[in-house]
Amino acid sequence: MSTSPILKLGTFLRRGEASDDLRQMFLKSPRAGEAFYRDRWSHDKVVRSTHGVNCTGSCSWKVYVKDGIITWEEQQTDYPSIGADMPEYEPRGCPRGAAFSWYTYSPTRVRYPYVRAQLINLWRGAKADFDDPVDAWQSIVEDPEKARSYKEQRGRGGLVRCSWNEVNELVAAAHVYTVKRYGPDRTAGFTVIPAMSQVSYGAGTRFYSMIGGTILSFYDWYADLPMASPQVFGDQTDVPESADWYNSSYLMMWGSNPPVTRTPDAHFMTEVRYKGTKVVSVSPDFSDATKFADEWLRVHPGTDGALGLAMGHVILRDFHVKKRTPYFFDYMKKYTDSAFLIELTERDGALMPHKFLTAADLQEVGAWGDAGDQPAFKTVMIDALGQPFVPNGSLGDRFTESGLGHWNLDLQGRDPLMTLQDLAGHGTAKVLLTRFDTEISANASEGEKHLGSAEVYRRGVPTTQIAGRTVTTVYDLMLAQYGVGREGLPGSWPEGEDDETAVGTPAWAAAITGVNVEAIERVACEFAQNADESRGRSMIIMGAGTNHYFHSDTIYRTMLALTMMCGCQGKNGGGWAHYVGQEKVRPITGFAQYAFALDWQRPTRQMITTAYWYLATDQWRYDGLPVEALASPLAGESMKGRTTADTLVEASKRGWMPSYPTFNRNPLDIADGAEEAGMEVPQYVVDQLKKGDLEWACTDPDNPENFPRVIFNWRTNVLGSSAKGAEYFYKHLLGSGHSVRGAENGPENRPTSMVWREEAARGKVDLFMTADFRMTSTTLHSDVVLPAATWYEKFDISTTDMHPFVNSFNVAIDPPWQARTDYEIFQTLAKDFSEMAVKHLGTRKDVVAAPLSHDTPDALAMPRGSVDPYESTDMIPGVTMPKLITIERDYTKVFEKWNAIGPLPEKVGMTTKGVTFRPDKEMELLRSRNGVARSGIAKGRPLIDTDRKAADMILTLAGATNGRLALQGFKEMEKRVGKEFASLAEENESTLITFAKTREAPIPVVTSPEWSGSETGGRRYSAFVINVEHEKPWHTLTGRQHFFLDHDWMTDLGENLPTYKPPLDLHRLYGDAKIGEQTTGYAGDEQVAEVAVRYLTPHNKWSIHSEYQDNLYMLSLGRGGPAMWMSIEDAAKIGVKDNEWVEAYNRNGVVVARAVVSHRMPEGTVYLHHATERTVDVPKAELTGRRGGIHNALTRVLMKPTHLIGGYAQQAYAFNYVGPTGNQRDEVTVIRRRSQEVEY
Amino acid sequence: MRIMAQMSMVMNLDKCIGCHTCSVTCKQVWTNREGMEYVWFNNVETRPGLGYPKTYEDQEKWKGGWELKRNGKLKLKAGGRAKKLLNIFYNPDMPGIRDYYEPWTYDYDMLLNAPANSAHVPVARPKSLLTGEDMQISWSANWDDDLGGSHEIAAKDPILAKMNEEVQLEYEKTFMFYLPRICEHCLNPSCVASCPSGAMYKRVEDGIVLVDQDKCRGWRMCVSGCPYKKVYFNHKSGKAEKCTMCFPRIEVGLPTVCSETCVGRLRYLGIVLYDADRVTEAASVENEHDLLHAQRAAFLDPFDPQIVAEAERQGMPHDWILAAQKSPVWQLISRYEVALPLHPEYRTLPMVWYVPPLTPIVDEVSKTTSDPEDFRILFTALSKMRTPLEYLAELFTAGDTKPVEKSLRRLAAMRSYMRDINLGRDGDEEIAAAVGMTGEDMEDMYRLMAIADYDERY
Repeated sequence: MSTSPILKLGTFLRRGEASDDLRQMFLKSPRAGEAFYRDRWSHDKVVRSTHGVNCTGSCSWKVYVKDGIITWEEQQTDYPSIGADMPEYEPRGCPRGAAFSWYTYSPTRVRYPYVRAQLINLWRGAKADFDDPVDAWQSIVEDPEKARSYKEQRGRGGLVRCSWNEVNELVAAAHVYTVKRYGPDRTAGFTVIPAMSQVSYGAGTRFYSMIGGTILSFYDWYADLPMASPQVFGDQTDVPESADWYNSSYLMMWGSNPPVTRTPDAHFMTEVRYKGTKVVSVSPDFSDATKFADEWLRVHPGTDGALGLAMGHVILRDFHVKKRTPYFFDYMKKYTDSAFLIELTERDGALMPHKFLTAADLQEVGAWGDAGDQPAFKTVMIDALGQPFVPNGSLGDRFTESGLGHWNLDLQGRDPLMTLQDLAGHGTAKVLLTRFDTEISANASEGEKHLGSAEVYRRGVPTTQIAGRTVTTVYDLMLAQYGVGREGLPGSWPEGEDDETAVGTPAWAAAITGVNVEAIERVACEFAQNADESRGRSMIIMGAGTNHYFHSDTIYRTMLALTMMCGCQGKNGGGWAHYVGQEKVRPITGFAQYAFALDWQRPTRQMITTAYWYLATDQWRYDGLPVEALASPLAGESMKGRTTADTLVEASKRGWMPSYPTFNRNPLDIADGAEEAGMEVPQYVVDQLKKGDLEWACTDPDNPENFPRVIFNWRTNVLGSSAKGAEYFYKHLLGSGHSVRGAENGPENRPTSMVWREEAARGKVDLFMTADFRMTSTTLHSDVVLPAATWYEKFDISTTDMHPFVNSFNVAIDPPWQARTDYEIFQTLAKDFSEMAVKHLGTRKDVVAAPLSHDTPDALAMPRGSVDPYESTDMIPGVTMPKLITIERDYTKVFEKWNAIGPLPEKVGMTTKGVTFRPDKEMELLRSRNGVARSGIAKGRPLIDTDRKAADMILTLAGATNGRLALQGFKEMEKRVGKEFASLAEENESTLITFAKTREAPIPVVTSPEWSGSETGGRRYSAFVINVEHEKPWHTLTGRQHFFLDHDWMTDLGENLPTYKPPLDLHRLYGDAKIGEQTTGYAGDEQVAEVAVRYLTPHNKWSIHSEYQDNLYMLSLGRGGPAMWMSIEDAAKIGVKDNEWVEAYNRNGVVVARAVVSHRMPEGTVYLHHATERTVDVPKAELTGRRGGIHNALTRVLMKPTHLIGGYAQQAYAFNYVGPTGNQRDEVTVIRRRSQEVEY
Repeated sequence: MRIMAQMSMVMNLDKCIGCHTCSVTCKQVWTNREGMEYVWFNNVETRPGLGYPKTYEDQEKWKGGWELKRNGKLKLKAGGRAKKLLNIFYNPDMPGIRDYYEPWTYDYDMLLNAPANSAHVPVARPKSLLTGEDMQISWSANWDDDLGGSHEIAAKDPILAKMNEEVQLEYEKTFMFYLPRICEHCLNPSCVASCPSGAMYKRVEDGIVLVDQDKCRGWRMCVSGCPYKKVYFNHKSGKAEKCTMCFPRIEVGLPTVCSETCVGRLRYLGIVLYDADRVTEAASVENEHDLLHAQRAAFLDPFDPQIVAEAERQGMPHDWILAAQKSPVWQLISRYEVALPLHPEYRTLPMVWYVPPLTPIVDEVSKTTSDPEDFRILFTALSKMRTPLEYLAELFTAGDTKPVEKSLRRLAAMRSYMRDINLGRDGDEEIAAAVGMTGEDMEDMYRLMAIADYDERY
């Protein structure tokens, strides 16, 4: 019984005296007129569900149903309590979620299967000519005229309603034909953010995994992946749940706008202020979050790295050097790489930081005894007597015999020196450091201007000699990099704190960022002071505002450094809190088995999507970005004369990154070829490559052999949302109308390692299809559109970083009209595919080229991160090139396998982040709960032939949702680490979260070795708590959090240490307009003023990506269509008033939108919200006469070479962990007021 | 003494994130039907801004609410019965649809049904929901959200016009906050008094103000009579409709939709006991600055044994008295005095009250204090508020800044006091005493404002 006073009021008898004192009319019951509203409130049932992929909120909702119709939704309020002194999670939800039911019956609902008229006519014709559907498909796509005729119709209307049977046959035939003719890696599935509907995601990826298709990543492609995280932590992204904000006593919101983007969580921020937590907002505009801030740092867009560096300067100066704050010092020593030694090598009469000193270096000169296996991965510290030693916990202890029981952070009583200044008799040396913020000299030649504005400067560090090498510590290098001078060190240091020219000082940062010196000093000091007083409870909520830049990894590293210097990581209430496109699939182990069909075969083809689209949409032909323009002046020769596209090719060939399609030949035929040649597959492939008989597909994307042929989109809207360079997608991938405005590269800036075909390909993909419940830019361009069930019409599960609960989707109503769940759509496709495969495919061998993987011994492939020239590197599969793995696929059994759990989990275990789980008892449980297949290849295996059974497979086979497995995993971890972990899971040994339980209420997960935080005893989840409290290493080279990265390419780009790199200067790199430049253009015949502005695409209040931006409620609460926010000043420059139409253009395309003019915007920057679609109220552009583009019509893929590093320690590939980001925040656009007469 | 119970609400604007979830859930449940397209029983406004409908606060224009005659009596600002009858077919104070917004939809069908070989990618154009014609959208239910169009729109905010202080709408001086609004369910409702048909009433048991859907004749005098413009005309049914305080939910023990779905957790719902005999007097005090005090004085302390006894004698059920004692609304209004009424000068004695937002400007503060890192100074220096005190005072206290400052000082003091506890130190009674409270008060208020769970908020 509730104690709520309101709840008790129901007992009140409606009575009392009617009263009327001339003005007031009191009425007592009964009052017949009230029946109207009581009727309105009535309903038949309330069903729990949540919202799927567009959102990472994972909120549980009540869906109201009356007469079989969904009426409305409200948030659930039944979250389990998170503690007496905490605000609860209830209610979770936002206006977007509250408006979702509009889609169920909206006029944009996809009710039936559709195929575009030209294609269905061709198909029906071909079916009349051919008995076999695969032959029919071939007759269309291999006839250039026919193929062109339907491809050019994409995006031009003409969708024809068809039956499911007819469409299923066409789709299955396209898949079978493509696998047979071009190879399974020419099919691809694009679906995103699995955490938010894991069964629906996995239904399709399970199918593609089984046929050998390519599964496209999203986190890196969205640029939501903070590449600094794998670099610094060796982890994809691990962050606190939002309730942990409430444990913070100093909170910065940096490039993050929680009220808008984390609406259900924002209350923890507003509420923690009442505990006396100071809240700081770092934002270029006065954002919704700034409203709550005690202090607003008005930073110039993209300059956050300078701010981070200067705050670090203040903290190192005042809290490390002026006084050695014991808490900070001890933390840095134990949990960061600060105390490790770096070898300095000679360069231009000075020294430059080179590599971590390792046991191998010591052994070489007899300075250390036997360091066991992999000594090159055992990094070295030094003690106060100058004795080097090899502490436990580096990567060399992780996968080796010698490391068993030693992979931990226990210094075993040794006290390493943080700085060699504390070493008696130390030397000093000037080291060469690079800066990237200098102005290009006005006298520079055009060629020089192109090469970047980097400069070398020299600062001193204390040194000593170890093993014949000059070394210093990471910490000493950090102090140099941050410009914190100390007595007796040579080199050029800030002449004072007001030295604007010296990298690191607040005065320097103030000139760059626009934030005044006092504020930088104050906030940095407060952040550190609070961390010291609270033992690490200073937190930075960081978001897309800083994470979506080309150089976001450098920005983030300066921010993460602040939390590391102040001992905040691994502390409740402290550390980084990155919230951009979270995708914490809490039951990750079970999910991976299900979604990637690891229960039947391993590995699966997982692709870095940025590279996939970059090549498939031919954006590489327009890019030509010379690596030298990004490089450090100290870079070696390896970056000379190359474009970033060349670095992608190199990373692919080296096996650093996955690359699909891999070769210019069907991988099924490669296996056959090896067999014919009587060779092992790896040997055969190397042989063929060496002979030049086989080529890498990434070197020739315009070769029809290398085209992606079938792309299936579900749970996503690439063309309306994430498609950086959207117009290039239309032009080259789809072959439809487009507004690409720039020219292709001239001969002088083309990639040297790729084939340049004079004519770029158009319309590469044969079948571009989408399952969705609403019409989007993607469905508008799809050949086939399938009607998908909404989130209130299916069973599924959802988890998130933001809270610890597993939430369920449930069927409030059955899918209406002819809609089907994603689960059923792929189940049917698997069946039809298997049947057609009998004639066309049978059993084939498939050669999968798999990249060198993180959290496996592959990470030991490249000692010291030294990159030898590719030409002189031998091809050794699994070391210097991808692993070449042969998988036998019985294509006729895909359906049977899809419906049942395969045998591999018991046979070889399930490995997540290096921990292997053995689900022996679990499989028995699933057998008895789900039933077993009675015949065929899956005979005796547990069934997952319904969505609910699939959900139970995921939940049962993961530690976070199955306490027995969690405990088992921790016990295994104990062996490797040599420390105690079991206590983290013992309280939950009997906990098993089933799908049935999640239907009753949100169910909290348990502490598991799959993640780094602890919920044990009711704690709030905070990342790296297990590392800090149980001395478990991070998954990095040193086993500690890294300030220093020593891979050659990091050195070449000048990013060994946290540094400041400004936003890309697109004027310099591509000849774009200069920001602020005012020009004159033509709107029709009329001369109009134009101005060039920075173009940012932050997240919108009225949509979650493209979802909801077409929702009538959301449109009625906003501006009703595409809106470009701009400052009063910029509006004045082009003479535009609020709500007038403007056009924005650059080399990539054109956007038409209405101006929103506001003084809360800074001059020189405009916002067009992320995923501004083109489906609603987008007229034709004056400039092109074509429909205005989406927000990404003005962007393009820009590839950063350091994101492509692989095969080395934490810089090794994992799906959605590491990869080039689809960043989009460095763009510039020209805006102008257009004619106010618009045409549609 | 005539003891009555009023279902009331407090919204803590210091927590409002401006998400509009309340608006959407309310709309979905109550007003997503024909004739009500433009109607939002619950809306959220960015301030400074024009509000919904535009400039509704300008009573010189709209003539809503009451005014005090020279003889000390209240009269409707729009005039008495005689004037009403004269204007019954033409009401000059009625907002037009464009003062709200012209509701629209889009021809979404085109996305699926665009013919083959279309020249361009299909698009859904806006269509008026009133005329069915193509339209260009120029105003919405929340057009000036987040200061959109500020110089052209926010500058015309009637509150800014009333202020003595010059407010510059400049980038570095930006301020804004959100103001969610529902019907005020006033103790002295001018809408009820305006109705020529006697179709409007206050429910005797809980004071909820309703339009009798059977008796309403569609004269719309309530629409113009309400100074908050929270009675709307359903142009399909021809009747007035308004926020019902979700009485069908309240009656079965559920909070209002807007309260339950408020994800900022800023809404409090509860019973306030008041003396109905003092309503007229409270609404009629001469000085507008005294209205706040007069209204608070009309409220009755549910813990006072004499009040309890008298309420029981008058037939008030025991559980209602208990509910009044547990009411978080009473706590915020009368115990902590941090909540304030919206536009008391309309003299309707509104019953949805607000905790004003706290918005210090640290860089300004730091210029004037020696140690900007001292949290006590930081959090209590309110003279340099980002949001001018005078602006808040024009909203909540008829221009008197003192009660606003007191409320904000208490919030700031709570933060200072709790910081010590947060960091494991003892609370400093001096801080509490400086705002007329004790440390225990501070902790109680903190629990109510930060922690209070579902059962404690409603």
